Formats: sequence, structure tokens, C-alpha cells
Amino acid sequence: MSERTVYLYAIGDADLADSPELAHIKGVEDAPIRTIGEGPLSAVVASVDRDTFSEETISANLEDLKWVENLARRHHDVVDRLARGHPIAPVRMATVYYTDAGVRELLRARCAELSATLDRVRGRSEWGVKGYVAPVDEGADAPLDAHSTAAPGTSYLMRRRAQRDHAAHRRERVTDAAEKLHEEFAAMALDCRLYPPQDRRLTGRSDEMVLNAAYLMDDAAAALLAQRVEAVTEQLHLELTGPWAPYSFTDLGGS
Amino acid sequence: MGAVLLHRFGGIVTLAPVRNDEVALVDLLDRLLAGGVVIAGDLTISLADVDLVHISLRALISSVDKLMER
Repeated sequence: MSERTVYLYAIGDADLADSPELAHIKGVEDAPIRTIGEGPLSAVVASVDRDTFSEETISANLEDLKWVENLARRHHDVVDRLARGHPIAPVRMATVYYTDAGVRELLRARCAELSATLDRVRGRSEWGVKGYVAPVDEGADAPLDAHSTAAPGTSYLMRRRAQRDHAAHRRERVTDAAEKLHEEFAAMALDCRLYPPQDRRLTGRSDEMVLNAAYLMDDAAAALLAQRVEAVTEQLHLELTGPWAPYSFTDLGGS
Repeated sequence: MGAVLLHRFGGIVTLAPVRNDEVALVDLLDRLLAGGVVIAGDLTISLADVDLVHISLRALISSVDKLMER
């Protein structure tokens, strides 16, 4: 049998050890999910192939989109299932320990921070809001040409400048609108996090993303957020995703 | 995972999670590459170095190359 190493998914309360769903979740390499308990905490892990999850192999594989995607989805499958019934601190993808003892030591050393994180996310989920602006037809949108008495060439240049100014102002208004919405949503949440707009080469979308945010809140607040997202139709198109396990809210600020 | 707004009856919004394979990869990678507890572990893997656009474009080029080889 090949050498094994310990892949770490997430940390939760001690009672996670008793969860019946652990036996039914398929994760990385289909390796059985188990827990390592230490004090008030449980680490959710699986024993995986040591060669596949060595530093060298992982680093090389991170250049392969298919491998990254497969790992991401498998990792997420486990974390997402756990988060439905329990407060969970998801661990960053591809975190590996050589032995169970290493994981135990982690739980001992960072017990206070990890417990505090679990208390923050208890009863709450993460919700994502992405905001897009529809590309504008600059010709159609521009103010009426006030220079029609000038020579045709000059008039064209003036029209083009008016269009560019108009587009710049429009963009400013949309960015302002996105900022205001983010402030409004953040006020409904316990915490929020802004991500950079997603690159269009990755999303395949033609419209520009002007908001990419995550909010930590309970279900009652989430229902209100959903109503607001649906109600916004001017200048921006909003999309809501969730509930997510609180990936964006478990930064302990250290290693 | 990923919410779909369903009917609103008297102001009540119903949210239905959708299946995991419908989660957009980009949304997932936003969170998995930059989120989650940062734990040293026994290995040093820098996810911050993963350049998604680069590996995505490479994957695209490689699949086009394969088509051209035929």
C-alpha cells in the first residue's frame, strides 16, 4: 500500500466526530473522511497518497487547470456538506500534514483562535454578491449633437468627445452605485469581504464586473439581502450566490 | 449551493440551494485560493502564485493544439 499523508479540509466543534454524514461524503481521491479530535475541536481530514500530495507534485499540478478544478470541487463538496449542519472553519485548499500528530498539535496550539472563529460563524453563512454593468452603446447614449453647424470633421470629433465624457461619467455613477450597495449590504452583515472583480477571460462574460463581495450573516438577514438584490435593476445587474461555508471569514491572520 | 430565488408569497423569499457542480468555478476559486484558514501545514504551497488566467489560457491553447494535430 502506498504511503499516506493527511489532507485537512476544515475545523469544527468536537461533536463533528459523531456526524453520520462523514461516512457518505466523497472527497479528494474518494478517501474516507474522518475526524481528529483534540479538546473542544475536531479536524476533518482524509488520508491521501503521499506522492500525489507532496510539495513538488502539488506545485506542478497547480499549473494544470483541470487538476485545480477537480481538487477545488472535491474539497468544496466536503466543506459544503459539513457546513450545512455545523459551524465550520474551512481550511485553505491543499493543506497537508504528514501525520495525525501534526494535526493534533495544530488544534492544541491554536485552540483559542479556532474556537473564536467557530463562535463567529455559528448560525451564519456566507453570501456572495456580484454586480455587473451592462456594456453601453456609446452612440445611442450620447447627448444630442450641439455642433451640427460646424464642418463635418469637427462635428464628428466633438461628438466623439461628448460620447467619451458621457461614458466616463456613466462609469463613475455606476461605480458610486456599486459602492453604495456594498455599504448597504455590509450594514446587514456581521462581516464582509471584497474580492477583486473576476477577470472576463475567466468568466467569459462581456459585461464588466464592478462588485465582487462576500457577506457573513444569518438566514433572516440573508432573506432581506435576497430581496434587495432582486429589487436592484438600475445601472447594475446583481447576482446572489449562497449559502456558502464561511470561506471568506476564517482568516486568523497568521500561520 | 448557489441560491435560486423562488416564489415570493406575501413578501417571503424562498432560497433554494443548487447542486455543487453548478457552482461557478471562478466563484469557487475566489474563495479557495484566497479564503479559508491559513495553516502552515507540513508543506509550503503558495496558492497566491496560482495565476488562473495564465493556466486557463494555457489549457485553452493546449486543447486547440490537440485539435490542430488531427
